[in-house]
Amino acid sequence: MNYICGAFKVTDKKQIAKDIYDMRIHTPEVANIASAGQFIHIKADGFFLRRPISICEIYKSDGEIRIVFEIRGKGTREIAKIEIGEDIDIMAPLGNGFDILASGSKAILIGGGVGTPPMLELSRIYGENSHAIIGFRTADKVMLSYDFAKNGSTVQVCTEDGTTGHHGFVTEPLKEYLKQENPNIIYACGPRPMLAAVIDIAKEYGIRCQVSLEERMGCGVGACLGCACRTVKDGEEHLTHVCKDGPVYESDEVIL
Amino acid sequence: MKPNLGVDIAGVHFKNPVIPASGVYGFGKEYESLYPISRLGGISCKGTTLYPREGNPPPRIAETPSGVLNSIGLQNPGIDYFIEHELSYLKDKDTAIIANIAGSTVEETVEAVRRLENTIVDMIELNISCPNVKEGGVAFGVSCDGAAGITRAVRRATTKPLMVKLSPNVTDITSIAKSVEAEGADAISLINTLLGMRIDINTRRPILRNNVGGLSGPAVFPIALRMVWQVANAVKIPVVGMGGIATWDDAVEMMMAGASAVQVGAILFSNPLAPIEIIDGIEKYMIDNDIKTIDKIVGTVKPWRG
Repeated sequence: MNYICGAFKVTDKKQIAKDIYDMRIHTPEVANIASAGQFIHIKADGFFLRRPISICEIYKSDGEIRIVFEIRGKGTREIAKIEIGEDIDIMAPLGNGFDILASGSKAILIGGGVGTPPMLELSRIYGENSHAIIGFRTADKVMLSYDFAKNGSTVQVCTEDGTTGHHGFVTEPLKEYLKQENPNIIYACGPRPMLAAVIDIAKEYGIRCQVSLEERMGCGVGACLGCACRTVKDGEEHLTHVCKDGPVYESDEVIL
Repeated sequence: MKPNLGVDIAGVHFKNPVIPASGVYGFGKEYESLYPISRLGGISCKGTTLYPREGNPPPRIAETPSGVLNSIGLQNPGIDYFIEHELSYLKDKDTAIIANIAGSTVEETVEAVRRLENTIVDMIELNISCPNVKEGGVAFGVSCDGAAGITRAVRRATTKPLMVKLSPNVTDITSIAKSVEAEGADAISLINTLLGMRIDINTRRPILRNNVGGLSGPAVFPIALRMVWQVANAVKIPVVGMGGIATWDDAVEMMMAGASAVQVGAILFSNPLAPIEIIDGIEKYMIDNDIKTIDKIVGTVKPWRG
């Protein structure tokens, strides 16, 4: 495991949807070694525990990474107050990212709410060979759909209340898509019920699936054993730790 | 001349008085990306039991004002795995190795300690204060008889220096300290976490799956400092102080209260560089104040009298 801890400059920041913030951080060391699906552990001023936020995009040539996160509580509200030009204190990159298949492979990217940002780096990698299905509660929470399109991904937006895009969950468009296409892998990040449904569909169609999980986290590096998660390997149940063994797991490893 | 930060506790030399506390540092691998563990005075390894333990179900972590609640539940790979894999990794790391040992019964605890006899472990830290397991752990640590009984049994089972880690969840910590001293403990470490709780007001469920957990972090520092001061005044054996230390000046306070060395725990979650910053800060304080050795700090608080 190779990571760094330090303060780095925020070079861009904007609000892109209701309570959703988009930040770029100048950190060449991190950008150089980070991979899709890894996360950064951010110090929120005045709070004791760091906040784990997944990496949205990595710009190696600019030495920058991008994060997109939602204000969920007081800690993330504090992080959202960090302005352009100010420092952000991070540990990064942490955790195991997604496996990337050989070029030419086709991928489906499923994002649920704030689980959408880590899919964007995959969209950069797979480009036209990727189809993104991203779901949100309502229209003013929708984010990043143009970013996926810019990378060459085809995009389907879903909202639970039907205020924009497909009215319903990501699972229906996913099933429809799989009736016509035969991708090599499905990647998913989002609420646990969504992940469970996506995993079932992947199994039904016999497609490999990787999911990214969340858990309340302490150290972020596998030392404190706080973020335990029940997983299966070789038919046996084990506790693993989201920060170090995850956050990305093979779908047949997780118990949701 | 550079000050000498070295301390000797129960015959074990620590190159400086700063030791990551058991439970926040695993077995030393996870922070090596940031600095070599040879910088540390020692390392107190994750609490280990005779048999592997899975620990408590999640969530195991909850944030609190200036601190954190945890209910890990002594998840560990067991003493044999510890000896074979973790100790062999720590072998040439040039830092003092403290094995933190717990058990559900006296017999289990004794057997785990016995297996360490011919290993490179420098010191045993007997954990009679884990608040997160049903049997053992804190059950031994909350009565003088329980603490004395397990200390006596473990004392007979090992020739290694024995430090007993005390729980703050007691009426009078000095009487427990005296009990373990009388049974042959070579040193005392304190405090383990304080039992606490948080509730999610939307679900009306405790945040921790175990309902309750141990509180640590800066929130507990004044309590820890007070207890270290009381215990250091009640016993003759060395005391290792911990509980909420976040900065070098906290560490100096803790040593002035009577701690010969300090352990640093929860602050690692906020600032993984804290142990190194604390070592450097103590050194600078010693230079600035023309203090040559750590013993010129330990126990030097001048309490108000009358």
